[in-house]
Amino acid sequence: MIQSIVFLIVLGIASIIAGKKFMAIRRNILLGKDEPDVEDAGQRWKNVFLIAFGQKKMFKRWIPALLHGFVYVAFLFTQIELIEIIIDGVFNQHRFFRPFLGGFYTFLISLIEILSLLAFIATLAFLARRNLLKIPRFQKSEMNGWPKLDGNIILYLEIVLVICVFMMNGADEVLYNNGLTHANGVGSGETGSFNFAITSSLGPMLFGGMSEGALVIVERVGWWGHILVVLAFLNYLPISKHLHIMLAFPNVYYAKLASRGQMQNMPAIMNEVKSMMDPDAAFADDGGDDEELPDFGSKDVFDLGWKDILGAYSCTECGRCTSVCPANLTGKKLSPRKIMMDIRDRAEEVGQHLDAGKVDFIAQDKRDAQKTLTAENYDDGKSLFDYISKEELHACTTCNACVEACPIMINPLEPILKLRRYEILTESAGPTEWLPMFTSIENSGAVWAVPDARDKWTQLIDNNKES
Amino acid sequence: MSKPLTIKTMEQLAAEGKAPEVLFWVGCAGSFDARAQKITIAFSKILNEAEVDFAILGTEESCTGDPARRAGNEFVFQMTALQNIEIMNMYKVKKIVTACPHCFNTIKNEYPDLGGNYDVVHHTQFIQELINDGKIKMKEGGEFKGKKITYHDSCYLGRVNGIYEAPRKVLENLDSQLVELKRSRSNGLCCGAGGAQMFKEDEPGDKRINTERVDEVIASGASVVAANCPFCITMLQDGIKAADKQDEIMVYDLAELIVNNNGL
Repeated sequence: MIQSIVFLIVLGIASIIAGKKFMAIRRNILLGKDEPDVEDAGQRWKNVFLIAFGQKKMFKRWIPALLHGFVYVAFLFTQIELIEIIIDGVFNQHRFFRPFLGGFYTFLISLIEILSLLAFIATLAFLARRNLLKIPRFQKSEMNGWPKLDGNIILYLEIVLVICVFMMNGADEVLYNNGLTHANGVGSGETGSFNFAITSSLGPMLFGGMSEGALVIVERVGWWGHILVVLAFLNYLPISKHLHIMLAFPNVYYAKLASRGQMQNMPAIMNEVKSMMDPDAAFADDGGDDEELPDFGSKDVFDLGWKDILGAYSCTECGRCTSVCPANLTGKKLSPRKIMMDIRDRAEEVGQHLDAGKVDFIAQDKRDAQKTLTAENYDDGKSLFDYISKEELHACTTCNACVEACPIMINPLEPILKLRRYEILTESAGPTEWLPMFTSIENSGAVWAVPDARDKWTQLIDNNKES
Repeated sequence: MSKPLTIKTMEQLAAEGKAPEVLFWVGCAGSFDARAQKITIAFSKILNEAEVDFAILGTEESCTGDPARRAGNEFVFQMTALQNIEIMNMYKVKKIVTACPHCFNTIKNEYPDLGGNYDVVHHTQFIQELINDGKIKMKEGGEFKGKKITYHDSCYLGRVNGIYEAPRKVLENLDSQLVELKRSRSNGLCCGAGGAQMFKEDEPGDKRINTERVDEVIASGASVVAANCPFCITMLQDGIKAADKQDEIMVYDLAELIVNNNGL
């Protein structure tokens, strides 16, 4: 009874705190602009099924795909055990599903045990890859400090989790052997075995000969350890790269379906240019000349689309994008992963200020009229350009290698191009070498200022001679 | 054997009350760059040989706007794009073929939002169709027979538009030995020119991107590298020259390979 009450309190508090953090993330994502309608639900669900759920894009690299697959599948199946733990905790049961599922229960828990063992091995391999083998993509400069620690913390927690599963099932097995388990469907004093694939032998090996009291403690530590690590995880996710275990799914669902070669059109500019080209429009426009054009492109998270920010929060910093980026491969500053990490950091910064409600961050010109800080009047004098340098943006070849590489369809190219648009259109800045190209297209319709006519090449054809 | 080649413009044909089946979009590189002009002429010869009813826009063609748009200059992009669309719609253009994957991408994927809807194919796809339909007959035992040829996927034809097979099928007709680069198809490595990089200096780094790519070309052991983009070709040639391999490795567009093989 007391255990149930304690369990409910812990579960309740952990869920409330986590819930608040997740709502803050939702708010931060929605700091971004509205995105065009989400069409083609059929294709989107297909992507969720194949790419998010089925991890299709992971299999471009077999070894990490397999290792990650173990952890992932173990995670999915452990949810069943987790539901049971919650039911057991709330209603003071022990192995609630067992009598209902019978032999299938044995199969299910055995499967979870095998997967947990595989996940354990994979986790050790991951730790080695990060810390001993020093796989290059984990060693880039944007990984210094917290991102590196974050990556390791998750792996340590994973190891603790697996150990808890084996403690719980292993000790319970010995208790059953000795006629002492309280599992549902086992008669009082009945001796036997759960026949779980690993703990039916591992349990007696590790815990055989221990006293009932000690066994109960090992079992309870495993049980409580499991649920506490899960709840800690839940509260850790919002500040961790590991958030991808949740956001990968919506991110894949909402990912761009249009051709990779299609940049978002800017109807405001298109219409402006159309009216410039239309001889009648000049007269139809009744004195609206002084109407100011809005800022173009993106300067801050508010000017990105919410899908860009969702992508940033979904990123697990694996660095597949950066490891194939031609700019990064040749020593340039650009790293697509860093772009996504910067967007998340900036969204977090804005979110924290909004939560604190500091009136100092209300834009100067709105301070008299408005007294509460909102996303609309927010101005802390900073922007994404305090995180992302122009040098990074200028290095992009728009080759889409990063887009292709991301296993969960994050698109680092979209925000890069939106920031470029801000620099060129709103700031009228950018690499000076681009100016002759712009001018030349505008004045002579060619990327180079060439004196020749565009069809001069036709005169180079020599019909009498082989080329 | 081949028929004399004369290039007609849409305007000339319109004056005769005619409209060609296909518009050959030449692009800036194909029109002005000395190296790319050869590709333009090579592809024109193929069209001529296959008796394709085609014309160009000539002086009425402008840059598609791709580099301006990717640099971030939407104004310049819209100006040039809308002008092109206006002209093409005036001529009621339906089918376009181009030898530049950037032009191909922009007209195919970006012009529809601006009111330009055309059936756009890249010249490598077009050539493959001509070979398939028997309109271009490959001469056997041509100059590439037995040679090691490798193929560089341009980003905008490959990864961006998913066209990997058509160019490779064309190459198979050369009776040569096709070897793949270490990074190919969807993993292909950029030549370094895209996203308006062609028009500026590199950002500070350890190495040029084309050098990185050319290292792979050299490692493949191929004596010919086939490409499908005038900008890639410039980049690859520069990289090969920088590695002092210009006498051992030749860079060709697919159209040139066909023309050379068949002696057109």
